[in-house]
Amino acid sequence: MNKTLKNTFQLNIGPQHPSTHGVLRCIEELDGERIKSLDFVVGYLHRGMEKMAENMTCLQYLPVVDRVDYLSGFFCSQAYLSAIETSLNFELPKKAQYIRVLTMELNRISSHLLWLASFLMDLGATSPYFYCFRERESILDIFENITGARMMYNYYTFGGVKSDISAEILDKIAEFLDEFPSHVKEYENIITNNPIFLDRTKEIGVISLKQAQNFGLTGVNLRASGSKADLRKDKPYLIYSELDFDVPFSIYGDAYTRYQMRIREMLESRKIALQCIEWLRKNISDDKVNLNINSKTVKIDEGLTIGSVEAPRGEIMCWLWGNGTNTPERVKWRTPSFYALQVLPEIMKGKMYSDLMSAFGSLDVIMPEVDR
Amino acid sequence: MNYFNISYFPDYVYIPLYYLIGFIVVAVLMLFVVLFLVLLERKLLGFFTVRVGPNRVGFHGALQTVADAIKLLFKEDIIPLKADKLLFTLSPILVFAPIMTVWAYIPFNGFFAVQNSVVGSLIFLSLLSFPILGILFAGISSANKYSLLGSLRACAQTLCYELPIFISLLSVVILSGSLDLNDIVSAQSINNNCFGWFIIPSLLGFITFYISSVAMMNRVPFDFPEAESEFVGGYHTEYSGMKFAMFFLAEYASMFILCAFMATIFLGGFLSPFGKYISDFLPLSDLIKTPLIFIEQFFWLILKTMVLVVAVIWTRATLPRLRIDRSLEFFWKLILPLSILNIFIVCLIKLFMGAR
Repeated sequence: MNKTLKNTFQLNIGPQHPSTHGVLRCIEELDGERIKSLDFVVGYLHRGMEKMAENMTCLQYLPVVDRVDYLSGFFCSQAYLSAIETSLNFELPKKAQYIRVLTMELNRISSHLLWLASFLMDLGATSPYFYCFRERESILDIFENITGARMMYNYYTFGGVKSDISAEILDKIAEFLDEFPSHVKEYENIITNNPIFLDRTKEIGVISLKQAQNFGLTGVNLRASGSKADLRKDKPYLIYSELDFDVPFSIYGDAYTRYQMRIREMLESRKIALQCIEWLRKNISDDKVNLNINSKTVKIDEGLTIGSVEAPRGEIMCWLWGNGTNTPERVKWRTPSFYALQVLPEIMKGKMYSDLMSAFGSLDVIMPEVDR
Repeated sequence: MNYFNISYFPDYVYIPLYYLIGFIVVAVLMLFVVLFLVLLERKLLGFFTVRVGPNRVGFHGALQTVADAIKLLFKEDIIPLKADKLLFTLSPILVFAPIMTVWAYIPFNGFFAVQNSVVGSLIFLSLLSFPILGILFAGISSANKYSLLGSLRACAQTLCYELPIFISLLSVVILSGSLDLNDIVSAQSINNNCFGWFIIPSLLGFITFYISSVAMMNRVPFDFPEAESEFVGGYHTEYSGMKFAMFFLAEYASMFILCAFMATIFLGGFLSPFGKYISDFLPLSDLIKTPLIFIEQFFWLILKTMVLVVAVIWTRATLPRLRIDRSLEFFWKLILPLSILNIFIVCLIKLFMGAR
């Protein structure tokens, strides 16, 4: 009878839990309020995104792609389409490229706004949630005007975008972007110097550059740890090389830094969007926004092509194996949240249970993207 | 001082009647206050967060909380299979009953307090220490780890806010020389205006008391016992129907009653900030003046309480939640020393300013 007394106990969080941003199951070994070990069980939101592609033509698959990450649908479409477009050597019309960049950057702002809202909700602050949603609402309205849908756009098509942007919508976007810095200031007033917020986020969930690289983090999570990697600068796609913008980065790698990076990235996205609007206004008469090809007849060439894009949560990649028919042989998605989730057990060992919420929230993990 | 005294009733009729009337008045008052507070909070939070708030049921949503209460009444009462049924049923009552009882000790105006006691303020705070037992039992009996952790957090927190709250009360007792709430109020009427209120000599005490009582109400930023994003519902995760409603009622009732207590001991209670203008200046007969003063004093207490309640709601709308260990540090290392420093300051004031 050599039973040793166990000082720890197991706490199961989720799959349904207010702060798991979807359906994530998390098994913790707790010693009091300290985390001894942490294990994630993913897959509750698995929709078989990759397998689905093998039974559909690439046109049928196009609307499905938006659902890989429902908060940044444009980016997924872009990753998928750029794989096909590279494979078929499509040269996109200039205007289509500008419209794609404009919508993607607006999408980045809306995604970061939702992140900010839910992150603060995790920390127990309720009000900023509604402020962020107010601005996100205007972006979704704009998207509704452009594409006809608020979240699942299905707007990009092979060799361009489906419809042109009118001058009125451009005015509407410009109006929103003009007001946007004052709204950001509003968030910062209520959040940035709040001692409780600083206490909950500074030096919490610190990820070193080494760890970040080892775990394959991308996007803001990597840049907050000291890297400058950004696909828009390193391997410019579309017309990013012609645009003037900065990539914010920092070295501390804690939750507070990730918050700052995302706030700054929203403002950078605004800068990019304004440049796109300027170009689009000059070329309003040009109405060639796609290559006018019959989407039904698009056949993917044999071999592997990769489309990658700098999404709000990091680098989304789409591996596409074609076999000469209009159905891909195999599609693989590389989604950044999946990698961000893996780093948590490493950095949360021995930390407080409450810190898990701020660290988890700051990494901007959303479950549909993890499970696909 | 009894609020009614009819000598031709024999004692065995008079005493039960006295408490029965007191109970009914307090119960009805509490019901209305809670219904109103829930609505007020939702409306205010709506206002703070660019929403409208409830506006469908009744006039501008006035009946929303009534509808919610009826819904809760008709909900299925679920007791988890592995729960300790006796403790599980007992704990909402343990939380609710003391908070209900303390209403009797607040002097709502110069004429009406259900129960007067020479140690009224002490009894008030001591009774408010009981709900933690209910919270602890709820956590233990629910057979749920979230509940258990939530209630343990509540216990850890109780230890740290109770000391500052009693020490802050002590400063008021030093100033007034009495534990009786009526005496504390009348001690603040010396100057016949708002400068006699104890918030002025004991400002630090008011601040420590306010912060500690926000913790006592389990509200943001000290709401970890029921931290939604961490422990789902905290100690009341497993409760439903009327049992949950009792926790809910208790939370709002304690919010109101603690604010009323704060108003009584620091903000002059039912005294008006402009002195006794009705009895001094108005040329009216006593027959009219007395009911007028009755209403006027009640009005001032409710107004002061409401100001504090709105401050508590405003805090909730502004701040995130603290971490539990930071909160304990905050109370032990900052609030407790500050409240002791306050005692020192108050003693000096009492010493040099003479008898107040």
